[in-house]
Amino acid sequence: MTSTSSAVTADATGAGGAALELEGVTKAFGQFVAVDDLTLTVPSGSFFALLGPSGCGKTTTLRMVAGLEQPTAGTIALGGRDVTGTRAHQRPVNTVFQSYALFPHLTVGENVAFGLKRSKAKDVAARVVDGLDLVELGHLADRKPAQLSGGQQQRVALARALVNRPALLLLDEPLGALDLKLRRQMQLELKRIQTEVGLTFVHVTHDQEEAMTMADTVAVMNHGRIEQLGSPAELYELPRTAFVANFLGQSNLVAGTVTERLTKRGLLGVDVRGTRVLVPAARAVRTDGAVLVGARPEKMRLLVGDQTPGRGENVLGPGTVTDVSFLGVSTQYQVEIPGLGTFGVFAQNLVGGATVTVGTSARLAWAVDFTFGLDGAQARDDGAVDLDDEL
Amino acid sequence: MSITAALGDSVAGVAAEPPRRRARRAHLVLLGPGLIYLVLFFVVPVGALLATSLYVPVPGGDVGEYQPAFHWQNYVDALAQFWPALLRSFWFAFLATVAALVIGYPMAYVIAVRARGRKLLQGLLLVLVVAPFFTSFILRTIAWKQILADDAFVVTAMHFLHLLPADARLTATPFAVVSGLTYNFLPFMVLPIFAALERLDPRLLEAGADLYASPVTTFRTVTWPLSMPGVVAGTLLVFIPAAGDYVNASLLGNNTNTTMIGQVIDARFFKVLDYPTAASLSVVLMVAILVLVGAYVRRSGTEDLL
Repeated sequence: MTSTSSAVTADATGAGGAALELEGVTKAFGQFVAVDDLTLTVPSGSFFALLGPSGCGKTTTLRMVAGLEQPTAGTIALGGRDVTGTRAHQRPVNTVFQSYALFPHLTVGENVAFGLKRSKAKDVAARVVDGLDLVELGHLADRKPAQLSGGQQQRVALARALVNRPALLLLDEPLGALDLKLRRQMQLELKRIQTEVGLTFVHVTHDQEEAMTMADTVAVMNHGRIEQLGSPAELYELPRTAFVANFLGQSNLVAGTVTERLTKRGLLGVDVRGTRVLVPAARAVRTDGAVLVGARPEKMRLLVGDQTPGRGENVLGPGTVTDVSFLGVSTQYQVEIPGLGTFGVFAQNLVGGATVTVGTSARLAWAVDFTFGLDGAQARDDGAVDLDDEL
Repeated sequence: MSITAALGDSVAGVAAEPPRRRARRAHLVLLGPGLIYLVLFFVVPVGALLATSLYVPVPGGDVGEYQPAFHWQNYVDALAQFWPALLRSFWFAFLATVAALVIGYPMAYVIAVRARGRKLLQGLLLVLVVAPFFTSFILRTIAWKQILADDAFVVTAMHFLHLLPADARLTATPFAVVSGLTYNFLPFMVLPIFAALERLDPRLLEAGADLYASPVTTFRTVTWPLSMPGVVAGTLLVFIPAAGDYVNASLLGNNTNTTMIGQVIDARFFKVLDYPTAASLSVVLMVAILVLVGAYVRRSGTEDLL
């Protein structure tokens, strides 16, 4: 970071980001409802992620905020001002496009200057230099986009948007085309820049790890609606739907029925095929009838031989270990429990190497406190990773 | 020497040949037919044309009898006599090119951008653009003669609306010639611009809008510069043949103020049998077009685009 770019920082912070409010926004393409009655507030200065699988409506939402699509119903307000119906070029919003969409006939510097010239800004040249310095590409100002690497193009796209000091910066899967290592690096970079310039960022992604790394608030979208909204830790530790539980990380979910309420301890007793599992009532979406009991794989541990569960632990099983994957820092086990399905268990490699082999009979134990309860009407594998999607 | 030894030798010989030389030979073989064609039907005729342009009449010979010479005066005489027709050719070609651009760019834009993604409609519109080619060039030009005729509806309607003075006409005017040129060469303008606009990534237009550019500004700063290769190709494809055209001027023009250089060359060659003048005018036309086109391409800087 150079001292020149601090001017951008100071000014941008002074301008501040604007809050974004969506109120009952719906977008239909013919019969298909891409975004369904979406109401959402993104506080000023926050890094907000819209996370969801492809086709969930997140990009359409972003395009409506940018003004590239008009909502079928509902209103969009920026910094308290209703901008519904205004066109893209009239909104103080800039987008970093998934494909970057850099102008191939202009140099890097001219690309960055494009928005400034249109808004008749003063000292365009100085601000272009600052903007390129911010993404550490000042030395490439005279190149054409085609002469840059993917990562550099991505940074030019970012500088081109940021240099306008928009009230709101939209990021449409901007890291999707980069390889994993570069993506990690750019995630940190984006986060740094957001903190520095203090703008409101709305980031659309299908990569849950990316959303969690970067955003302070994540909204998980599915079928044009928001499934759950909260901080990454909240969403991860306490998913409220099967979709969130499966899409954001992995979850072990098992169907059961609430059979008792231990009101004094604030727990629910759930019958899972004859085994009683305890769920904190506060962590359950519903407190009666059919529920899905869930726990994250890294919260679970294997009990083999005569090992016994600790106090305040739920136990399921026994089952059979069907797969052991050594991942360096951890080992992933798959345990098949007859009648209940397959469970994942992540164990840290505290002692080096896998401690249990395939075919071993094992029970699963996990703390009651980390158990969550979902609506039993939902499919157990809703939102689970589809292998075709990951390619 | 045994057969196997000979075979072994030749195989070794092929293997020993550096791959680059072999590739070069393949290039020559592949280029051969084209080169032969060009030499026979371009280089030789141009050489003959250059030679003819310097011929002098055979002393005491018949009309149309000439003998080889280096009579450079032919050029001076030809230009002195026919420079108005030469200038008029470039002027008409220029007007037709501008008119074709003004008419053709929106057509190409609609087909490429507005009809984007609707393959059937796009195909249909493109067929309509090239449909005139299914009829002979001459026939279509004669048809225009009928359309613009004094008693046809265009002129009568214009008279009625007082858009044209009562004694004025459209045929046998520069307007008719330029219109004919524009009409006949329009597809050559539309198609390259269509090709350039088709390649234009619509996301760039969204990026323009996102960066505060109104639709008009986006067109000026993004669409237009990115369609320049098509515009340059289109204008060349219209200007060059229009400058040398004589069909439109013959059929739609008169013999005084619409004469184009193509007509003069045609008349010199086939009617007056003044081959040296016709040849020298052809050479002048060719060189002038080369110079103009060279300057234009250089100035438009299209080699830098994409």
